Amino acid sequence: MKNESEPTNQGRRDFLGAAAGLTAAAVAPGMMLHTVDSEAAAPTGGVSDAHRWGLLVDTSKCADGCTACVDACDQENGLNLQSQPLGDDELKWQNQRATWIRKVKLQDNLTGQVTNLPLMCQHCEHPPCVDVCPTGASFKRADGIVMVDRHTCIGCRYCMMACPYKARSFIHEQVDQKLTRAPRGKGCVESCNLCAHRLDTGDISTACADACSAEGHQALVFGDLKDPTGPLRQALAKKPNRQIRQDLGLNTGVRYAGI
Amino acid sequence: MAEVLSKGVLLAFLSVALGLSAMAKAEGVGDFVQPSSKAASVENCVEPTEYMRRNHFELIRHQRDETVYGGIRGAKHSLSGCVSCHVGYDSQGTPLEIDAEGQFCSSCHDYAAVEMNCFDCHATVPKGEAWNHEVAAVHAHPTGAAPLAATSAER
Ligand code: SF4
Ligand code: SF4
Repeated sequence: MKNESEPTNQGRRDFLGAAAGLTAAAVAPGMMLHTVDSEAAAPTGGVSDAHRWGLLVDTSKCADGCTACVDACDQENGLNLQSQPLGDDELKWQNQRATWIRKVKLQDNLTGQVTNLPLMCQHCEHPPCVDVCPTGASFKRADGIVMVDRHTCIGCRYCMMACPYKARSFIHEQVDQKLTRAPRGKGCVESCNLCAHRLDTGDISTACADACSAEGHQALVFGDLKDPTGPLRQALAKKPNRQIRQDLGLNTGVRYAGI
Repeated sequence: MAEVLSKGVLLAFLSVALGLSAMAKAEGVGDFVQPSSKAASVENCVEPTEYMRRNHFELIRHQRDETVYGGIRGAKHSLSGCVSCHVGYDSQGTPLEIDAEGQFCSSCHDYAAVEMNCFDCHATVPKGEAWNHEVAAVHAHPTGAAPLAATSAER
């Protein structure tokens, strides 16, 4: 299945890469004509496979009880604007509300060793969520970010079943308040997109990694897996690290040290 | 004879009245730009007005795919651009939801009886717009501990 789908993805990637290049050329002169949208983000050249974005999580630095990354993600992506449906059970709501990043605590029962780690979409190179999607809504961008095109998503939730990391959430109810950068609609699935809105406007950072650094933990390093001199590759070269469920051969973009 | 004449006069009068009212209607239809919106102060939309009236959705839909798959944001045919330019403001300067009754998008869509689903998912007022270079400057050190200062783009 995986091997079969690979040439298809590659073709699509080339096509999209070319399409993105063309538009950049066509749009740029238009931007000059109007000052109206100068307040909106200045576009970068668009997504390209010259990058593959990823994260390194150093679990030894991830503090017990700290939720800085989770809170920052909630704010950045408008997840804090979700409201509990009237009369809904609190526990049920906590299970159902969309979360892009979760704190997971592991304990080795023999040694008592406790490990804390944040878990989000791992941005698999061979994403099962994309393989199973019947509409093509779940897709991988040229730069390795796995996203849902919610214009095409029919809410079947196959991808949620297929994801080994429980990374995806379903929006059960109409959401009243939305941020411009984070649309959100009833009946669609969504998950971490590595703050694509930042990357697309030339800001190489994610809310979670920024927040973790601001707290002084430095447990998250964000960067380009294809840049051997960049901060991520430097960090990966220094620390022994692995993928969660490495046995599945998904070649995730998010790597963990200390597990 | 007198009857025929009066009929003629009546017809002429009617046709003039109808013609006038049709003209008045036509003027009323184009007039959905909110006086308090940024759009009211610029000469025309990102494309000529007549073109936009008929084809705005073709442009938005094309840009949608550019943005979702190609990561091109803040381009001139983006929906967030429509909202930030066409949103009206009340006397306190608070933006009014663009799909609220009488506001830019809904007033024309109501008139044309075309249902609009954009705002089931998309923001109806400019709020937390995608990052731009102004915001990115605050994050000069990508992995550093830069404070998350709100800028005009984030509102
Ligand atoms: S972690 Fe889950 S949602 Fe993310 S790419 Fe892999 S299978 Fe898809
Ligand atoms: S829920 Fe949406 S993204 Fe997921 S498999 Fe179904 S159509 Fe695809």
